Amino acid sequence: MGEVGLLAVFAAVIRRDLLLAMRRKSDVLTTLFFFVIVVSLFPLGIGPEMGLLRKIAPGVLWVAALLATMLSLPRLFAADHADGTLEQMALSAVPLGVLVAGKIVAHWLLSGLPLALLAPVLGLQFDLPADALGVLVLALLAGTPVLSLVGAVGAGLTLGVRGGGVLVSLLVLPLYVPVLIFGAGAVESHAVGLGAGAHLSLLAAFLALTAFFAPWATTVALRIALE
Amino acid sequence: MLEASNLECVRGEKSLFSGLSFKLGEGTCLMVQGANGSGKTSLLRMICGLSPPAQGEIRWNGAPIRELAEDYRGELLYCGHAGAVKEELTAVENARLSATLAGAAVDEQAACAALRRLGLKGREDLPARVLSAGQKRRVALSRLLLEKRRLWVLDEPLTALDRDAVAQLCGLIDAHLAEGGLAVLTSHQDLPLAGRSETLRLD
Repeated sequence: MGEVGLLAVFAAVIRRDLLLAMRRKSDVLTTLFFFVIVVSLFPLGIGPEMGLLRKIAPGVLWVAALLATMLSLPRLFAADHADGTLEQMALSAVPLGVLVAGKIVAHWLLSGLPLALLAPVLGLQFDLPADALGVLVLALLAGTPVLSLVGAVGAGLTLGVRGGGVLVSLLVLPLYVPVLIFGAGAVESHAVGLGAGAHLSLLAAFLALTAFFAPWATTVALRIALE
Repeated sequence: MLEASNLECVRGEKSLFSGLSFKLGEGTCLMVQGANGSGKTSLLRMICGLSPPAQGEIRWNGAPIRELAEDYRGELLYCGHAGAVKEELTAVENARLSATLAGAAVDEQAACAALRRLGLKGREDLPARVLSAGQKRRVALSRLLLEKRRLWVLDEPLTALDRDAVAQLCGLIDAHLAEGGLAVLTSHQDLPLAGRSETLRLD
């Protein structure tokens, strides 16, 4: 028995959340099915107008990714809060920020990453060309971690509040707007031949900024929620 | 050495207790007693640093616990009403992961040995959801064996435990006190401790 390094604990938290998700698959699958169904409804509703579908595809995929992430946010801390694990995390000899960062990474691995990997398959329904699909996946890979990071702050702030699920949408969706604009914009600007570099760089900048601040802000929010 | 001076606890508009002071030296146990709603759990959460007191200060070895932060938490083991036992994980996974989250490395063998000592032999690999309330409580208490901490803060540790387990827990607390550890606990049942203990009544 001895002390463990911060990185080892960080990795252990990720493994733990993935293990819990594997034992309770329905939570993860609901989010993914929601994403698949919402995106698939648009081509069915609009009909086979290829030009229109190609034009709305990035926006539809991004809005669906936003909503799917929202759906999974209330669960981020709720179970750990209910069974007392969150208290134990707050009392750990390891800084709470490290544990929270691990939980956020696990959340992205279970929601953002599968969404990004599913997106090209769904994009085919919108007749997106292969190179546009590539840009879409890149934009989602850079943008969805921001959704998890910002969402964690919202989930922390609304933890234990009645009707927290609705509140977290009101709190977090406006903050998702920049990611939506530049994420969908990346595919559009690629389609008109301007290149997606600028948009992707901005998404990466958002990611760097939120990766720095969000775990810290979530930690503060959780400590307040636990008082 | 745990020291509290002039603590006040306010819940909503109501002051549960005020002007509460105590000193707890090495090898001593503090039994907090009082009626339901008298602020026992609130006091224990203050001692852990989970909720700040409305007034007053808690010091560990002379330094305020707010400033010690992780250094203090590394000395502390809190076992609350909620046992932090995950239904989906097995007993041994629960024991190991709780220790890791707390910052202590525990291998599978040590975790199994601790669970066996607490009477969970043969149930190490069962998911916690099929364990009884008392067995879940034993899984939660395995942390007492796995994390070497100086200060134990136990909130109603006897809930759902049978007579043998109560005796065993008393033995654990006594051994902890004999090694110079400190303990703060609440209980509505009598705890026949052999070590030095003081009583604090919240009324």
